Amino acid sequence: MAAPLGQYKMVLFARTTDKEILRGAQNGGIVTALLSYALDTGIIDGAVVAAPSRSKPWRGKFDPWRSEPIVAMTRDQLLSARKTGYNISPNVMMIKEATRSYGLDRVGIVGVPCQIQGVRKAQLYPIGMRGVPDKIALVIGIYCMEVFPYQSIVQIVEDHGGVKMESVEKIEIGKGNFTVVTERGRTIQIPLNETRDLEQPGCHVCLDYAATLADISTGSAGSPAGWSTVFIRTKIGDEVWKRAMQAGLFETKPIGQVEPGLGAVEKLAVEKITRNKKTLEDRDFIGTKGLRNPYITT
Amino acid sequence: MEIFTEHVNGIMIHKITIGHIHESGCTGCLAALMDNYQGIFTILDKYADLVYGLTLVDVRKIPKMDVALIEGSVCIQDKLATDEVREVRDKSSVVIAIGGCACSGNITRFDRGGQQNQPQHESFVPVSDLIDVDIFVPACAPTPEALRNVCVMTYLLLRGNDEQKALAGMYLKPLMDLARSPYGSKASFNTLMQEVINLGLCMGCGSCAAACPVRAITMEYGKPQGLRDLCVNCGACFSQCPRSFFDHELMEHHEQIMGMLKAVMQ
Repeated sequence: MAAPLGQYKMVLFARTTDKEILRGAQNGGIVTALLSYALDTGIIDGAVVAAPSRSKPWRGKFDPWRSEPIVAMTRDQLLSARKTGYNISPNVMMIKEATRSYGLDRVGIVGVPCQIQGVRKAQLYPIGMRGVPDKIALVIGIYCMEVFPYQSIVQIVEDHGGVKMESVEKIEIGKGNFTVVTERGRTIQIPLNETRDLEQPGCHVCLDYAATLADISTGSAGSPAGWSTVFIRTKIGDEVWKRAMQAGLFETKPIGQVEPGLGAVEKLAVEKITRNKKTLEDRDFIGTKGLRNPYITT
Repeated sequence: MEIFTEHVNGIMIHKITIGHIHESGCTGCLAALMDNYQGIFTILDKYADLVYGLTLVDVRKIPKMDVALIEGSVCIQDKLATDEVREVRDKSSVVIAIGGCACSGNITRFDRGGQQNQPQHESFVPVSDLIDVDIFVPACAPTPEALRNVCVMTYLLLRGNDEQKALAGMYLKPLMDLARSPYGSKASFNTLMQEVINLGLCMGCGSCAAACPVRAITMEYGKPQGLRDLCVNCGACFSQCPRSFFDHELMEHHEQIMGMLKAVMQ
């Protein structure tokens, strides 16, 4: 891995000017605004996003804390998928569905870094991905430190936090805490080192934080509250971003002006990569034989 | 990297020779190769001459060739077949097993004979159990895009400049490793369990579920759940998994590599 933040053409702070999107957004509403714009302008025909689970009810509605991938083909579907879920949503599962069953020619996909790795592998090594590689039109990555199995989220919220899942209004991971905000406004903070053991183990061998393989990657790290840090990485990302800017979709701030800025993103990326490289090294010494390392080094 | 900026078409003057060898398979792999449509004509126009192929070339004797694409598993009770794979190995520089049957046996793993008019033909093994295979392209059927990518990369490996050779070597390395690995020729959903999930590497992306040609994999509690009775042993799930093999250094150049593949297929 060369740079912890990967290759990029441009990095800036942004938030959407679309009030409807912003109202329900985790941060600056970047992902939903970009996909909604791409859908409107025909850059994509649909997008794979993590949406609240339709299989299990929560407060009589779809469950936002139990994510499921859907192929969103309308703005309403995209709006339903706002906010971060922090649990496992197997988004890559739906890319072949999107191209084969839904018959889409231009697919957008949102994912955390490991999922973007899956998408890029599907393009370069499309072993079982017929019809997929050439139909990926826009790949949006979200920064990710780790995710939790849904059962771990329940355990953290209910056992550590002492509140029922039904009362959760927002979950946020950042600044060293797993933060739960309840319906009536109570905020509970659980230090992340207490929840570390409940994380998905597969996250501990992941060497990407800032979704370095996406066309555009974004997240809250480094940005002022209500804004997002956005990396424009590829030619496709650049074109889509420019068009969206021309359409007045985002307001931006240069990254130099505002604290904490790029340094904060880099710090988190280095922290994750360093910790997980150590996990990979430690795996070599489990038993006397060690465990298989999936990464090819030359 | 120079390779990505240079007009690659200009360099490719010396074609390679390829052959398609048909063992016990269903011709689905060949059909998949042909499903590149105009792409297959581009490959045959610019990069490769097809010198052997049961259904496509009127040549009876296996000639010397640069690249042999073998489809199907081999029946060890069929001397013609076992002799043939040996001959292919002797006469080819690079042997590529295409498709689940050639790589890991696929559905022929369930065969136990009793079919007219050769009821004693009961034992089928993947090609790599009999001869050294250089590259695996698993899945049932392998995808047109995977076959295209591997053909172009193999061309670059044999005829490219130093940088192109380096890139092709990097690209093909995991598929070469797979051909030599202890689990490559035994691949099935169980391989995904044993080599990824059992080793704490799965992060629930869903690549395996998308790759499975028979929809044997669903995602339950964020992890793959395999209906093992449906699994045909094609190996697609394991090879598609970003945690079966992944080369960060290569993948960083995904944009340029996709661009190059597009450019050479023009």
